Amino acid sequence: MKILAFAEQREGKFKKSAFEVTQAARRIADKLTAELITLVIGDNIEHILPELRMYGANRVLAAQDTRLQYYSTTAYAKIVAQVAQQEQAMLLFLPASQMGKDLAPRIAAKLSAGVAADSVALRVENGDLIATRPVYAGKAMIDVRITSPIKLFTLRPNVFTAVAGNGAAIAVEKVSIQLDDVDFAAKVTGVKLTEGRPDVTEASIIVSGGRGLKGPENFHLVEKLADVLGAAVGASRAVVDAGWRPHDEQVGQTGKTVSPTLYIACGISGAVQHLAGMSTSKYIVAINKDKDAPIFQVADYGVVADVFEILPTLTEELKKTLGK
Amino acid sequence: MNIVVCINHVPDTETKVKVGSDGKSIDQAGVNYMLNPYDEFAIEAALQLKEKHGGQTLVVSLGGDAHKETLRKALAMGIEKAVLLKDTSVRDSFSIAKALAEELRAISPDCILFGKQSIDYYDEQIPGLVAEFLGMPSVSVVVKLDVKDGTVMCEREIEGGHEIVETRLPAVISAQKGLNEPRYPSLKGIMAAKTKPIEERQPAIVPPFVEVIGMNKPPGKQPGKIVGTDKSAVPELIRLLHEEAKVI
Ligand SMILES: Cc1cc2nc3c(=O)[nH]c(=O)nc-3n(C[C@H](O)[C@H](O)[C@H](O)COP(=O)(O)OP(=O)(O)OC[C@H]3O[C@@H](n4cnc5c(N)ncnc54)[C@H](O)[C@@H]3O)c2cc1C
Ligand SMILES: Nc1ncnc2c1ncn2[C@@H]1O[C@H](COP(=O)(O)O)[C@@H](O)[C@H]1O
Repeated sequence: MKILAFAEQREGKFKKSAFEVTQAARRIADKLTAELITLVIGDNIEHILPELRMYGANRVLAAQDTRLQYYSTTAYAKIVAQVAQQEQAMLLFLPASQMGKDLAPRIAAKLSAGVAADSVALRVENGDLIATRPVYAGKAMIDVRITSPIKLFTLRPNVFTAVAGNGAAIAVEKVSIQLDDVDFAAKVTGVKLTEGRPDVTEASIIVSGGRGLKGPENFHLVEKLADVLGAAVGASRAVVDAGWRPHDEQVGQTGKTVSPTLYIACGISGAVQHLAGMSTSKYIVAINKDKDAPIFQVADYGVVADVFEILPTLTEELKKTLGK
Repeated sequence: MNIVVCINHVPDTETKVKVGSDGKSIDQAGVNYMLNPYDEFAIEAALQLKEKHGGQTLVVSLGGDAHKETLRKALAMGIEKAVLLKDTSVRDSFSIAKALAEELRAISPDCILFGKQSIDYYDEQIPGLVAEFLGMPSVSVVVKLDVKDGTVMCEREIEGGHEIVETRLPAVISAQKGLNEPRYPSLKGIMAAKTKPIEERQPAIVPPFVEVIGMNKPPGKQPGKIVGTDKSAVPELIRLLHEEAKVI
């Protein structure tokens, strides 16, 4: 049997999820004594391919084309599906990133495959791959089995940790798949990147602010702490709806679902809808002046105090500790 | 322009989840349902497109009679027609998308709008599946949308930024929060919605591809320690993060 892992790159750089997906697929391949194939799509990607070997890839397929400089739903889906068919891969792994979540259903429709979306754990049971995935905003977990012959799994970023090893040599093969204009019917014409801080879904540390910050003018306190930690800035819906912070920073049931190693909640009460988006964080710190705030129910470390007192001190002390 | 919005009916966000007696789904007792929040952005986008370009708007939902409540809300917001594809046998994305695609093929809309995701199962599959079944271009997680002379200009959210995407109608769009501010149904709208008919149809359902074998509550988190109540707690907090949690 063959397993196909999709390693996401953007602008000639692998996403962390590429390593997570490759290594998770490697583990499953070993358990099922299957062959692992890792697929990379883009333009100008040759130089990054060897990196995959540290995560257990040995056969790497590269689909290169100048038209693939930007992501394209239909062109990418065509390539992944055709490679899966040519190789007769039965299990496909993709990241549950914006790219992976956009691609998975397209590929699934082409291959008549079921999808276990946003999986946070995988296990082999009687030769079947069972995925665990959060539902109802993390208030419950379901175990699912896919019954179609070809099976797709998207893996939540930051959950399947990737550890670089030595790795054996890799064999790189070129994929030649005919791409036509219709494959670019929806065309990415450019990318606008918000400069500076990492995105909440990719960051290993997030500093989030809520209504306790009192106004947008005070968010520099959150930003400064984030910058010392190399962290992303997150926000509660209350402050996003008030227009203090942009939508893409919202964490929660109707915002982003995040699983960083450290989540620092500043002046956030911890409403169920907020907890839904961040309760799987490895460590949670809460700074809130109300000792009964629900956020303390999930916090590993709590400080019951005024954010305006704690944040500047914490930032200064951390600067010293981290030698910045 | 012929615009269709596909909408879902989901447990509200306050729902306390209890695993039901089958061990595979939630206990329905006391659960209130609502229009899927992301679908409100899709409905608003449809209404704005119609206001700008003219045409008809239609909402479609696949589910049981309870989905009529959600269809009525869309009608109250200003959508003109509603179709209920009546089925309670499946909740698999592939089966639902297939049935929606068959219905939509017959209608042949210029623009099909979705929410980016249902907030019950968080699948984020149906828009892409439907687009592929219909052979249409799609743009997902859209935060900006403009249509001019059949050309669709969008911005979709990606990690740390936006992709600018251009395509042609007919197309599938899935809406993300930030796309617009959904309107509240007016009193007049609510009254009018009561008398608008909801067409019912029996969809053909293909067997599901994903089987739920068990549902569990996530391991509950124990409240941790309160490190202090003023800034003198800061050095200890840093020590704990550094030495105990080892996260900084
Ligand atoms: C359908 C639906 C979807 C939703 N989705 C989301 C979502 O995705 N994400 C989300 O976050 N919310 C969501 N909500 C909203 C949620 O219910 C809460 O209203 C929101 O999370 C509250 O934000 P907050 O904690 O910033 O504000 P508040 O609840 O007002 O809390 C402010 C906190 O700051 C503390 N505080 C005040 N001053 C200080 C100070 N000086 N120092 C320290 N602490 C201070 C207070 O004690 C309080 O605990 C949703 C709601 C609904 C109905
Ligand atoms: N039963 C349904 N009937 C009609 N549309 C649906 C249904 N379920 C989901 N959708 C649409 O598909 C989008 C994505 O849902 P999902 O793939 O379930 O996360 C939703 O925001 C709705 O627009």
